[in-house]
Amino acid sequence: MPNQPLKPDKVDMSVNLGGLQMKNPVCTASGTFGYGSEYIDYFDPALLGAVIVKGTTMEPRAGNPPPRIVETPAGMLNAIGLENPGVEAFISQYMPELRAQGVTVVANIAGNTLEEYGQLAQRLDHVEGIAALELNISCPNVKQGGLQFGTDPDMVYQVVNMVKSNTQLPVIPKLSPNVTDIVAIASAAQEGGADALAMINTLMGMAVDIDRCRPTLANIFGGLSGPAIKPVALRMIYQVYQQVKLPILGGGGIVSVRDALEFMMVGASAVSIGTGIFVDPYLPCQVIDGLQEYAAQHGLASIKELVGAAHQE
Amino acid sequence: MPTLESALVISNNQVSSHMFEMELAAPQIVPFCEPGQFVHLRVNSLNDPLLRRPLSLYDVDKKRGTITLLYKVVGKGTTSLAQLHADEYVDVMGPLGRPFSYPPAGQWAILVGGGVGIAPLLYLARRLKEKNYPVRVLYGTQSSSELVALDRFRQLGVQTVAATMDGEADYQGLVTDLLYQQLSGQEVEYLYTCGPEPMMAEVAEYARQYGLNGEVSLEEHMACGVGACLGCARKLKDSDEGYVKVCKDGPVFGLYEVELDLAPR
Repeated sequence: MPNQPLKPDKVDMSVNLGGLQMKNPVCTASGTFGYGSEYIDYFDPALLGAVIVKGTTMEPRAGNPPPRIVETPAGMLNAIGLENPGVEAFISQYMPELRAQGVTVVANIAGNTLEEYGQLAQRLDHVEGIAALELNISCPNVKQGGLQFGTDPDMVYQVVNMVKSNTQLPVIPKLSPNVTDIVAIASAAQEGGADALAMINTLMGMAVDIDRCRPTLANIFGGLSGPAIKPVALRMIYQVYQQVKLPILGGGGIVSVRDALEFMMVGASAVSIGTGIFVDPYLPCQVIDGLQEYAAQHGLASIKELVGAAHQE
Repeated sequence: MPTLESALVISNNQVSSHMFEMELAAPQIVPFCEPGQFVHLRVNSLNDPLLRRPLSLYDVDKKRGTITLLYKVVGKGTTSLAQLHADEYVDVMGPLGRPFSYPPAGQWAILVGGGVGIAPLLYLARRLKEKNYPVRVLYGTQSSSELVALDRFRQLGVQTVAATMDGEADYQGLVTDLLYQQLSGQEVEYLYTCGPEPMMAEVAEYARQYGLNGEVSLEEHMACGVGACLGCARKLKDSDEGYVKVCKDGPVFGLYEVELDLAPR
């Protein structure tokens, strides 16, 4: 990149992710940042491009029995089980504070059936302060015998289509990496009307407690996150960027500015930070500043110029 | 207000075969520290191990701006912590969690600690002493070589009785048996306990028998430490539908708020 360096404040950090307008490309991933107020002692969540709040279901859910988490090499497994107070409590108890703080809120929804996704989308459609919907499609479809929505292209098409027909908001399905052909899933989401794609959700894994001679997690399986999954996330985003013309919210193991740069270079228009926040609560702000400095040093007038840069021949 | 600071390691000394005592200069965190709270430490900057480690406040010196932590080396995180040297820095978040409360006026504070579970009770004893509560500490370990906190309690000037299985301390046997023995019946006791869950369950049983109140400090694996990830969930009572977050709703709970397991978990 031969451009002359710029002053960091001359870099346009804003991004538009399929209609989700953000002041910068850094979000916090669903389930790692609660409802935005948990980390208020460390930084102002309004500084973020967006806060993707904890996954919301129609009815309250107690979540899985413990142990729910276990540390693994360069990562962690979690099986929280979508503990949340339900969509009505989310709207009445958490949205007022998020609005008051001026946070760009992306709601994350999870349904047990196709119809529930539609109901959730409709319920959240005119709630002031919600800027977009992220779809957790790694939930079992109870009507289809528990098969995950996100692992079958036809079901991905249907769920995205159902949500799109019930909301005006930008719709961002979060793709599961636990599939053979991620491009087929991404294409199905595009056909269903997705405005952007979030990639990737956790990789399914497990751990064993040799003292108890049992799986460590009460749920047996859990979702692997953290630096361990970063190469998988980068590969999948790289593949999808080449084949599918939707903006990508990339994440999976980001713990540094450098990681975030890699995600943008393989094709992410914005990045989400999840497990990395547990390690360093200041990481999201460091990434915002670091991306801006990198762009300035390389003379990029807009952070968007980084997107997909690794694909150039 | 909890905060995050890069704390200077003043000392990090081995005090028994598996236990270490680390003093950190954390002047921004210290003013907010209450007994029963914990700090969340990033044991190194290599992301291996990845997650922070919660450690309860063993002691706090508000004048010097330091906190002291007592920890047992059990895995990757604590092994890494034990390798820190004086003059190095460690990233500390805190103070976090719900602290102990103080007993109703006129009651005796009885502190029952087992093993490394003694840690939060030292700073509690210091603060109780400052507030002029009568304090008695019952401190149990397997062997007398593990009574690493004994001198610190005695330096505080609080009555401390040690129970070990090897017969080389004040009392031979379980600290919970000692609890029944020391009962005078003349005073109302407010109990604080931290240690292995079966021990805390025995303390709760004792409290129930004599109609006493008190608090327990629980331990759980944690990721965020601030109530965001919901990883440290625990049911207070088996019949409860929902879970509490040990990091945010606890780690201190009322003695009757939580059902404790007599069998090791």
